[in-house]
Amino acid sequence: MTLAEILAGLFPQGHSVSVRDGLVTGGGAFADGTLHVVGVDGDTPLGVDGALVLSRAVLDAVRAGDRAPILVVVDSDSQRMSRRDELLGLNECLAHLAKALLLADRSGHPTIGLIYGHSAAGAFIATALATRVLAALPGANPSVMDLPSVAKVTKLPLDKLQEMAKSTPVFAPGIDNMVATGAVHVVLDPAKPLDGQIRDLITNLQPGDDRDRLGEERGGRPVARGISAAVIAQAGRG
Amino acid sequence: MAGAHAASTDPDALSWYEATARQRVVALADPGSFREFLPPTERRMSPHLPLFDLPRAFDDGIVVGRAKLDGKTVLVAAQEGRFMGGAFGEIHGAKLVGLLRAALTLKPAAALILFDTGGVRLQEANAGETAIAETMRAIVDVRAAGIPVIGLIGGRAGCYGGGGLIAGTCSRLAVSEGGRISVSGPEVIETNKGAEEFDSRDRALVWRTMGGKHRRLIGGADAFCADSVSAFREAALDLIGRAPAFDLATLEAEQARLESRLARFGDCRDATDVWARLGVNDPDAVPAMDTRAFDETVARVREADHDAR
Repeated sequence: MTLAEILAGLFPQGHSVSVRDGLVTGGGAFADGTLHVVGVDGDTPLGVDGALVLSRAVLDAVRAGDRAPILVVVDSDSQRMSRRDELLGLNECLAHLAKALLLADRSGHPTIGLIYGHSAAGAFIATALATRVLAALPGANPSVMDLPSVAKVTKLPLDKLQEMAKSTPVFAPGIDNMVATGAVHVVLDPAKPLDGQIRDLITNLQPGDDRDRLGEERGGRPVARGISAAVIAQAGRG
Repeated sequence: MAGAHAASTDPDALSWYEATARQRVVALADPGSFREFLPPTERRMSPHLPLFDLPRAFDDGIVVGRAKLDGKTVLVAAQEGRFMGGAFGEIHGAKLVGLLRAALTLKPAAALILFDTGGVRLQEANAGETAIAETMRAIVDVRAAGIPVIGLIGGRAGCYGGGGLIAGTCSRLAVSEGGRISVSGPEVIETNKGAEEFDSRDRALVWRTMGGKHRRLIGGADAFCADSVSAFREAALDLIGRAPAFDLATLEAEQARLESRLARFGDCRDATDVWARLGVNDPDAVPAMDTRAFDETVARVREADHDAR
């Protein structure tokens, strides 16, 4: 699904969403109010400049105080890898964007991620993974690192990694594995109207961070929930 | 036991860079006050590393627990850069997430994160990446509850990848000369974009671009420490006392601060160009400055100190 198709599905009456340098901002009438949209389109890497454009849009929405939901649409590359970005503090800019989304969530704006293409590493953490609930469309391809690069770093043969990836969701790229990990809450059905599916996600938002519970139930992160619970239990023993 | 040995180590003499994670925690805390959660005796080891024929650690490369700092209760997490580069695996990340969530009910005076990490552990990449996102959400919850989250950065592995994003989520950061904060590491940039973009063998370039002094000068860190445990302890105590709130005003101020940085320094090629524009008299002298001379330089740079984080 392309961004244009997604926007057409969400806003049958039209919208003000624009894409500039791969950065998505705007909104439209949705349900009984407004839906803000921010994000990254066209497999664009996210650098210091883009992160601040998106965080500006999120903070503007929070300041407006309308508590309208914020949809974070993502088809990005990884973080922009350059000397300039690191010199200027890419870690601060990406963290700032994530904090803006987390503040919006705390301030009563439901935040929904929608990954419809690629995303990776720092760009993924600062956008889609900073939302309250993350949905994906079939064909989405989030990854931390592609398998050839994993092969290079781990010094394991690519064919062995490809074989391991079939049975072990914890390291392999792809939407199914991120669903199993609990990072992606749900895969949407492209045959059904998108606006209704997004509205259902907003209606059924769960409090707290349930990603480790999902990862345990789905088997992609078998021990994380138990470990964090054990730390909390031991911390409470005085 | 490493803990007992470290307890007898003089915090003034113990190098943060050289110390293990457990030594740092024990020497940082009030003597004898550290209590570890899920200690190595519980052998909570990675269920995934054997698949890659890799050795495991009893603590999965992170030490978490409770301690006293100047008599006040704090929660502490310390990454062990010597085990798989301090990278976030499933258990490693879940221990940090659990510690931060525990802060919400325990209400300590602060949560301290002693970063020493290359980022996500690729053998457990999806679990590590998700844990980083959970950590950032938990830090925001802890900060919003009025509990400062302080990051201390001066380890061998630096603070890279998702670790850099977590650091940017903390209330305050202290960094030493050896501490490096960055998202893409030098080798990652060189591998993807070529040595002309970033020559990872040029160590001076690495320190100038990602090192503690640059981060401190541009306001990416709030304190600069000598490479000793006592210096980090002193910095942590100071930073706990002046942590910014987590609210719209703080993030609006951070937005303005970072936009101003891009407007002023966006065309700079090298850190020395940035330092010159910040008003540093002799930018080329910065890398060789000792802590006192550097502190004097920082004191004249307006951008270094702020509440916009």
